[in-house]
Amino acid sequence: MYPVSELIRNLADEHGRNRHNLLPILQGVVEQEKYLSEYSMIEIARELDLPASEVYGTATFYSFLENKKMGKYIIRVCKTITCSMKGKNQILLAIEDMLKIDLGETTPDGTFSLLQTNCLGFCHKAPAMLVNNEVYTDLTPEKVRDILSSYLRKQKEGGSHGN
Amino acid sequence: MAISYQLKRADFIFKNENDWEDVLSKSIKRTPSELINELISSELKGRGGAGFPTGLKWKLTAEVPNVTKYVICNADEGEPGTFKDREILSMVPFKVLTAMAICGHVIGAKEGYIYLRGEYFFLQPELKKAIKEFEYYCKEIKLDFTIRIFMGSGAYICGEETALFESMEGKRGEPRNKPPFPSDSGYMGKPTVINNVETLAHTYTIFKYGAKRFYDLGVQYSRGSKLFSVSGDSPKPGIYELELGMSLTDFIEEFGDGDTKAVQVGGASGFLVPRKRFAETAIGFQGKLVGISLPTGGSMMLFNSSRSMFNVLDNYLEFFREESCGQCTPCRVGCQQLLKGIKAVKRGEKNARYLDKLLRLTETMKLTAKCGLGQSVANSFSSIVENFREEMIY
Amino acid sequence: MTKKIKISINGIFVEVEEGTTILDAARKAGVIIPTLCYHKDLCIAGNCRVCVVEVAGQKRLAAACATPCEEEMEIYTNSLNVLHSRKQIIELLLSEHNADCTSCFKNGNCELQKLASDYKILKQDFIRLVPFKNYSIDKYSPSIIKDDSKCIRCQRCVRTCAELQGINALTVAYKGDQMKITTFFEKPINDVVCSTCGQCINHCPTGALVEKNYIEKVWDAITDKSKHVIVQTAPAVRIGLGEELGFPVGERVTGKMVAALKRLGFDAVMDTDFTADLTIMEEGTELLQRLKGVLVDHNPEVKLPMATSCSPGWIKYIEHIFPDFLNHLSTCKSPQQMFGALAKTYYAKARNLAPENIVSVSIMPCTAKKFEAARPEMHDSGYRDVDYVLTTRELAIMIKQAGIDFMKLEDAHFDRLMGESTGAAVIFGATGGVMEAALRTVYELVTGREVPFKNLDITPVRGMEGVREATIKIENPLEEWAFLDGIELKCAVAHGLVNAKKVMDSIRTGQSDYHFVEIMACPGGCLGGGGQPIPTSLEIRRKRAEAIYAEDAGMPLRKSHQNPEIIKIYTDFLGQPMSEKSHHLLHTHYTARERF
Repeated sequence: MYPVSELIRNLADEHGRNRHNLLPILQGVVEQEKYLSEYSMIEIARELDLPASEVYGTATFYSFLENKKMGKYIIRVCKTITCSMKGKNQILLAIEDMLKIDLGETTPDGTFSLLQTNCLGFCHKAPAMLVNNEVYTDLTPEKVRDILSSYLRKQKEGGSHGN
Repeated sequence: MAISYQLKRADFIFKNENDWEDVLSKSIKRTPSELINELISSELKGRGGAGFPTGLKWKLTAEVPNVTKYVICNADEGEPGTFKDREILSMVPFKVLTAMAICGHVIGAKEGYIYLRGEYFFLQPELKKAIKEFEYYCKEIKLDFTIRIFMGSGAYICGEETALFESMEGKRGEPRNKPPFPSDSGYMGKPTVINNVETLAHTYTIFKYGAKRFYDLGVQYSRGSKLFSVSGDSPKPGIYELELGMSLTDFIEEFGDGDTKAVQVGGASGFLVPRKRFAETAIGFQGKLVGISLPTGGSMMLFNSSRSMFNVLDNYLEFFREESCGQCTPCRVGCQQLLKGIKAVKRGEKNARYLDKLLRLTETMKLTAKCGLGQSVANSFSSIVENFREEMIY
Repeated sequence: MTKKIKISINGIFVEVEEGTTILDAARKAGVIIPTLCYHKDLCIAGNCRVCVVEVAGQKRLAAACATPCEEEMEIYTNSLNVLHSRKQIIELLLSEHNADCTSCFKNGNCELQKLASDYKILKQDFIRLVPFKNYSIDKYSPSIIKDDSKCIRCQRCVRTCAELQGINALTVAYKGDQMKITTFFEKPINDVVCSTCGQCINHCPTGALVEKNYIEKVWDAITDKSKHVIVQTAPAVRIGLGEELGFPVGERVTGKMVAALKRLGFDAVMDTDFTADLTIMEEGTELLQRLKGVLVDHNPEVKLPMATSCSPGWIKYIEHIFPDFLNHLSTCKSPQQMFGALAKTYYAKARNLAPENIVSVSIMPCTAKKFEAARPEMHDSGYRDVDYVLTTRELAIMIKQAGIDFMKLEDAHFDRLMGESTGAAVIFGATGGVMEAALRTVYELVTGREVPFKNLDITPVRGMEGVREATIKIENPLEEWAFLDGIELKCAVAHGLVNAKKVMDSIRTGQSDYHFVEIMACPGGCLGGGGQPIPTSLEIRRKRAEAIYAEDAGMPLRKSHQNPEIIKIYTDFLGQPMSEKSHHLLHTHYTARERF
């Protein structure tokens, strides 16, 4: 884990320092830090010689580039029509119950954040959700509890579960 | 129930004979105009939902002289109910890569990109491996073509071609003014062919077997086969490759659960067809046959009688309200007005006649919105409100 | 030769060049299509969709501002579809807009209001969206007020800040119904790299961006018998004020302006042009001192080129973006601030007034001047040098409030002591004016002769191109300036911050070897400033520039050093240019700021 400014410099070295390299760099920072802080955006602006407001305006456009502090594992439950029909609300309830947070919130210990998202492309196996980049389908409240527990276990063991 | 005569299965896309190297090396030995004519005579139309003739698209881009060009595979599959492109990319990626390289040969492009939506991040490792193998072979046959993956970050609108270019250029994914069209000015202002994943997979079939095999399937104006993503109240959700031109009655016979009230054809930007209209609706690109013919990206969502159409419409409008880029007035404000409007009518805050005002609004959105998103809201809105008006009010 | 094509608009046939937009072609045919996001100064956006028209054969309406004409296109700008759609779009905009017109600063000059009025949107059934969002009004900047509830998201301000000024203080953020125009991390505009130039205000069609107005405060001061209120007027105001009060663009209304100010109740009406002449004296001397420092003493502390410092938008910009070049800025204050410092010292003494009872007001074509007057270091007189700054627009409002029939006023004259000026001062209002005025004086100081240009009109520095250069060769100077013999004085003029950046970049890379650079933050110079009448365009700015040069040509004195009041202030009060007193009152320092 590098400090952010070093990470940004490495990303810029890897992808390039032109405007059309902005998105991969933003994604690289979110990949590690889980969100884009004011500091990271300023560093990216400095590195690419862009106005800070442009970096901000571009980042806020994309739903996956968060600019508020997020937990280590971001849960995104699909809320589009098929998942909605097949029980997404029960899934949300189960998660809210288990983690004791509401939609849009992060657990106090910074492990999980709970968000909703739009169609993930698994409608034939609804309901579905993402945890960071992993997809989980055919969800039931029990299955969800199992999935989240496994993350908690990995977290305790100090390992990194998927990414 | 036996498969009715009209509902024909096809098996081109997922059949994998591992002969992509052969297809590629043979195709690049043919001239660009030969390949273009093959595509044009196949009458292949874009499978992402817009249905633009693929052969024509490649032709127009090829005709621009002496300048850098690009081939882009649009894998930003975000339409609710569509999941076929994911399957293609995980099962038969080499077909797509081959098609991109052949396109490069036809139009004169040396660089190809796959714009992969952020939600499909998990496809990256396998896809990268495939690309590596692919590029290795290209070097062997001295074909100058590289492919890179560009990841999206959670924006449905980036599936729109010009919004996709903007996104790849590191900006907000806001659609551009057309003209100019991508064949003249696309990614980085250069002529670009941008095709849906499935479209490219079909071109592979056409280049392998020839246009006639493809043309012989389907019906007039809607040639060939298409992948359908079936979900919702169906006992057999999944991906099916079927010939175009089938009637909805036959489709529902096969895929419905016996209680199908309506089916949404083409995702949230498509049309809702109520049961009474199944017989007169066919799936294709131009209506000369029977009643309406609906172009589609292949998303088929089935709703049975337990579902509330108000809830369905509400869900779609929420989706559009969030995913609109927000640039143009009719779409940005229109989506908000439609969503609040139907909620107000349902709650009794507004008279039922307000629905007609909203219908009029969707007409305006269809005529004036800057891109396909705003223009298609009218489709689902009007088809749901007109067919299930009472569910909007009571 | 671009190909000519024939098209028809509403049945009228027109021949236009291929590639002309429908909007321009329509104008040629005498058809006006309403627009909102379109602006002549900026790139095409095509996002408001107000200008949609019907093109025969196309099932969707096309945006007239963004669609190029093609051969034999048949266009209809008033078909039923177009009329219905346009009305609905205006209605949609109104539903998203805080349409509380009677309490809005732009009431009467708002483009959305005009559209609603032209199309008679009498029935607005759509649900009002404003109460559902939590908008805040950003009032923290001394110059600009940003009210999101009135924003129609045409993005003109963003394009202005990006293309015309190159600062990008404003940006578009989020998407969908959350889409808004805001700053980096939605901070108050005062906390980001905003230069306060106010160009965004000039280009905003509604009341979303307006200047912070001090009208009430000035009325309070005027009506307070215990206060002696003096007012100074900038050069560009006298050719812009008329536009707000019934005169055509580019009308010179100097005399009427003074008369109106007197009628409003100001105790003394004096001229910023006076201190403009003073600035020339100070700045010209400073330039010569710097030239000596570099060419003779080879002092590394002395920097060339020297850049003008009278544009506060430019000052804030260089403080943010080129803080390492601050020692290139002339230490002279702007004419406004010089006047402010003198008002409560020199003027107060001469008129035997207690400085704490003087309220110093200025009328400026500029919003950055409000920021400048509020800068912490501007109190060399012992009090706040300039208390309130009013824009040209605010003055027009006060004149209307006072019931003055501006057009019928008789010309009046500025008051004595700080009211006399020369032609060199009035051209400060145009881009290139400061340079020209400085050259007229400096050249004569150095050689004893007038500048070698017909009628003293140094045309190479005039005009509207972004960056202009001029070279003046010094030959046979007076003995004192012998070290300048043979030197080619290289000068550059830039207006609009985008061009300022070009000049600064070329200085930084060493590409250019200028001695003296004039930079104005606003396109056109002060005459196109953030406080001037709206609307603005290149044509309007050209006309105003013509008026300024006409005013200059018509003045009896054309060189700053000939101004008798200037001579008097040096004899009586300051001593000579760059004296200790001058340094104390008329010179200043700058603050390096963050780039992001």
